[in-house]
Amino acid sequence: MATADKPKYKVIGTRPVRHDGADKVTGRAKYGADIKLTGMLYGATLRSPHAHAKIKSIDTSKAEALAGVRAVVTSADLPEQGDRIVELGEGAANMRHLTANVLARGKVLYKGHAIAAVAADNIHIAEEAIKLIKVEYELLPPVLDVRKAMSAESPVLNDDIRTESVGSAPASKDSKPTNIAKHFLFEKGDIAAGFAKADVIVEREFDTSMVHQGYIEPHNATVFWNTDGKITVWLSTQGSFSVRQQTAELLKVAISNVKVVPTEIGGGFGGKISVYLPPVAAMLSKKSGRPVKLVMSRTSVFEATGPTPGSHMKVKLGATKDGKLVAGEAWIAFEAGAYTGSPIGPACMCVFACYDLPNGRVEGFDVCVNKPRTNAYRAPGSTHVAFATETLINEICEKIDIDPADFRIKNAAKEGVRRVDGPVYARVGMVETVEAIKNSEHYKAPLEGKHRGRGIASGFWFNCGLKSAASATVNPDGTVSLLEGSTDIGGSRTGIAMQLAEALGITAEEVTPTVGDTDSVGYCDVTGGSRVTFATGIAAIEAAKDIQRQLIARAAMIWDVDASKVSYSDGGLHGPAGKHLSFKEIAAKLHGTGGAVIGRGTSSEATQGGAFGTHCVDVEVDVDLGKVQILRYTAAQDCGTAIHPSYVEGQIQGGAVQGIGWALNEEYWYDEKGEMRNATYLDYRIPTCYDVPMIDTIIVEVPDPQHPYGVRGVGEVPICPPPAAIANAIYDAVGVRMHDLPMSPPKLLAEILKKES
Amino acid sequence: MSGKRVVTLTINGDQTEVLCEPRQTLLEVLRNNLDFTGTKEGCSNGNCGACTVLMDGRPVVSCLVLAVEAEGAELRTIEGVACGSHLDEVQSAFLEGAALQCGICTPGFIVQTEALLAENPNPSEDDIRFYLAGNLCRCTGYDKIVRAVQAAAEKRQVARSV
Amino acid sequence: MHAFDYQAPTTVAEAIQLLAKHNGTARPLAGGTDLIDQMRVGRFAPEVVIDVKKLKELNVLSVDADGLHVGAAVPCYRIYSDETVNSQYTALADSCHIIGGIQIQSRASIGGNLCNSGPAADSTPSMIALGGVCVITGPDGTREVPVESFCTGPGKNVLKPGELLVEVRFPTRPANSGSHYRRMIPRNEMDIAVVGVGASVVLDASGQKFASARIALGAVAPTPLFAQAASALLAGQPVNDETLDKAATAAREIASPITDMRGTREYRIHVTGVLVKRVLQAAVARARGEDIGYCRGH
Repeated sequence: MATADKPKYKVIGTRPVRHDGADKVTGRAKYGADIKLTGMLYGATLRSPHAHAKIKSIDTSKAEALAGVRAVVTSADLPEQGDRIVELGEGAANMRHLTANVLARGKVLYKGHAIAAVAADNIHIAEEAIKLIKVEYELLPPVLDVRKAMSAESPVLNDDIRTESVGSAPASKDSKPTNIAKHFLFEKGDIAAGFAKADVIVEREFDTSMVHQGYIEPHNATVFWNTDGKITVWLSTQGSFSVRQQTAELLKVAISNVKVVPTEIGGGFGGKISVYLPPVAAMLSKKSGRPVKLVMSRTSVFEATGPTPGSHMKVKLGATKDGKLVAGEAWIAFEAGAYTGSPIGPACMCVFACYDLPNGRVEGFDVCVNKPRTNAYRAPGSTHVAFATETLINEICEKIDIDPADFRIKNAAKEGVRRVDGPVYARVGMVETVEAIKNSEHYKAPLEGKHRGRGIASGFWFNCGLKSAASATVNPDGTVSLLEGSTDIGGSRTGIAMQLAEALGITAEEVTPTVGDTDSVGYCDVTGGSRVTFATGIAAIEAAKDIQRQLIARAAMIWDVDASKVSYSDGGLHGPAGKHLSFKEIAAKLHGTGGAVIGRGTSSEATQGGAFGTHCVDVEVDVDLGKVQILRYTAAQDCGTAIHPSYVEGQIQGGAVQGIGWALNEEYWYDEKGEMRNATYLDYRIPTCYDVPMIDTIIVEVPDPQHPYGVRGVGEVPICPPPAAIANAIYDAVGVRMHDLPMSPPKLLAEILKKES
Repeated sequence: MSGKRVVTLTINGDQTEVLCEPRQTLLEVLRNNLDFTGTKEGCSNGNCGACTVLMDGRPVVSCLVLAVEAEGAELRTIEGVACGSHLDEVQSAFLEGAALQCGICTPGFIVQTEALLAENPNPSEDDIRFYLAGNLCRCTGYDKIVRAVQAAAEKRQVARSV
Repeated sequence: MHAFDYQAPTTVAEAIQLLAKHNGTARPLAGGTDLIDQMRVGRFAPEVVIDVKKLKELNVLSVDADGLHVGAAVPCYRIYSDETVNSQYTALADSCHIIGGIQIQSRASIGGNLCNSGPAADSTPSMIALGGVCVITGPDGTREVPVESFCTGPGKNVLKPGELLVEVRFPTRPANSGSHYRRMIPRNEMDIAVVGVGASVVLDASGQKFASARIALGAVAPTPLFAQAASALLAGQPVNDETLDKAATAAREIASPITDMRGTREYRIHVTGVLVKRVLQAAVARARGEDIGYCRGH
């Protein structure tokens, strides 16, 4: 499906076996919880049973007295942070909130909030000791609903939060503490004039529940605080440098005293960036003088890490009867959880991002509630708003009787279009993804059968660049050892190695990639924002170019010619009079010509152009049970250039299935006391393989001009369209429009029965 | 009486003795006492399948087995799937078919697939999906896992017929 | 997990002695798929765990003149792999095939499912529908209790300290009979029943009328329920939509479910009727020797 003239690549576009594959299919790969050190202690964490309470006192004496207990810590053991805002690579953090989230200070703000931790000779003793810690609480009313939390009458969670205004939002005049941490406002054009031109206007309210990334590997950290003050952290994380900085800031030690050794990581999807365990394990290690391992239970992962927010949204769209969008307005409130920091900003930027919308207004709120502090989850904020916008688009299409694919093509965002929040698009592939679906066998196939329906929806994610570094050493046998700092969640080290191989004209197998620790590799931002194959790829290509430059110098020396007469191409060096040395040949000569050749590369300036996807789904609704079966699924996505097509497909398939789970069943189910009642994989229902069909993918390639090979990030976009696509398919099947996620059987049945009566 | 006891069991063909407490699960003993860390912990309540091992030929979630119950049992873990340095068909199919992303669920899926193919050498897609429903994967959307199992079954059938 | 002692007796007498000795502080362990998790989360903290898998009486799976005997510790996979169960006690096979995943079925037993006494237990409605009788042995000898009378509340049952569920016995299946169990779950596998319905029907020789029926409901009351009125009204009635609707309505009337994370009260009541009808249709089809085209889990 190449849509541009595609250069011929030797390595890019092939499907080599991943370099870490053998370890991962034999059980040898070491994940965070697999770390075992001499003298290691096991830790357990005491967590709040209440959603909102003041901590009046903590008595740890009985726990400390238990045989086998080596250390007990509370927030009193962590340094005071005061009012510090620290830039942590992927956004700034309020250190007072960050430390209070790690171990509660004075107040617990959600059930599961960590209060104290114990290190003991084994996990069972640690768990027994936890039960011996006495905490006196003064219960406060829980604030669980985002709109109620915004009202002036609501109890306020944090007395240090005042509303921060972003974009063109007016400055808050209220000096009192509030749950509304941020207020966003973006405007473009003339909203009133825009709606005045509309022949059809639809406006709906939407609700979505808090959902979790659901990675199978629980959070973990093993820390040793050595007698020389050096702290080593082994853990699975999306960003070892981010962990290093967060840990150093939280412990108030020099960043050079913290070394983070990233292990293999069992999924993240945005949820393994924030630090929860390392500072706690560090203090336990300092107190005990021994390495300490902390691993969260599945229930703690649900209750006390960073799910992505629930939301309330009001969205309005206007179009002319010939199918042109003229205006859009959105009001979006996100549950930040206990502390500020929901992805409301991206949500505001994404809500109309798929379209060329001449007039728009988007207002967003980041609102504290007594739930865990939310975090990024795959295209953070974008899935929520795609659910709203993309179902409204289909409603408009129905009203003006136009094919939803044609409408999307007609109004698609393209090069030169300005988004409501300001930026102007470079070359992007929205149109191409819709066309790919429109021309797909799936979209063209008739859909027969009772209560079956088809829906499509599109989605957008920015994709970011940020900073990456890599180094690469040439081995005497003509292979290259690549060292990079992006922790690999889904095969990225191979995607990066392939780019280095392509640049050097060698094979993917001739590169051995390793993810380095923070003392051995240059600074890399987190594995997030669909940035790694793009930015760390650029760093690897830069390292390859550096190797080429050095090899040219060596060849010039060997041939005794000026370096300007030597060039590198097709995997080898070319000199005057047909002189040639292959990469393998020159590699064998390095020891005799000046020693090691180490290429270095960084990426810090490159930004990505954004990526789009369009999905098509067929469903069947059991109208007596309100249950939806996914019959067929096709996802088209602009991937720029697919480096390793299998892993590109895998990202699309995985994202789509996460979106299906969000659409149909996943939700944080809270009781009135603020207790999540489904904090297990039994009742937090991520899809099993028996719930989904094969996920067909269409890789659309509109190369991103900002990457040498045209890479666009792939990981995040595919989660955005599914809820809206499924909602549109449900409407097609049974004629009810769903405005509430998840579209679980009880909710769907209620709507079906309402329609029937 | 709740003290430690010696449990004798066979793991991947090797008889092993291990000292453990009744309250230790088979998963904990495999990982912490015996260093078989290929068996993963995802949920500890039998819902994710990451800790799947074969116990006397049957797939079980080792988080819901007490180690003391394994007295006299024959276990097969992910570490015992490959034959020496040769990957078996299921492992190769997972690699070649890119049926893993983060890889944390992979050992459980591979062990469960071994059980499936032993029981049903020629499973339909529905058979595969039903048999693997107790193993959760959050990365792949299952597409490539199901295809890898199909490919492994086919490869094994061909190998048998030769 | 708390510290406890583990015992694995080899005779029923020994097991009962142990249970009696630790009056109320011991719990039997069969497949462990409920108990081990309950101990992990601290819901139960027995001082002694008594592994009953080494007792031969609890591993019986056989047919004789009294019918089918299923030992309390027989794991699900053995039950649904059994030819007699598959051909005659199909509701039981249906249940055992959807309890947890395959791994759970390697260990979980119907005795454990029953003694755990969860309102949503998947095998209990089938056992009630098939007329199962619990054979209980204790210090005072052996007694029998119909499955529908076994559970007394969520997590509670008729077992007295020292008593052990040995087996569940099912009467011989009459001619022209069929049975089925299905449940509503939001996913297609790995969920707790939002509503579960088991039914067994006996048709007359023509296959057009109900001779008798037993319908049982799960997850709609503090215990699994025998839907007596709904079952009784089917006797002598023609097999048609009207009859099935009457049974569905009667079943809905005894449902008193709660709203929780698995479903709302209204939803459960509605679904009870839907499933009663579907399960009866499938049981009738089986009684007639037809293939019901049942897709596990859906």
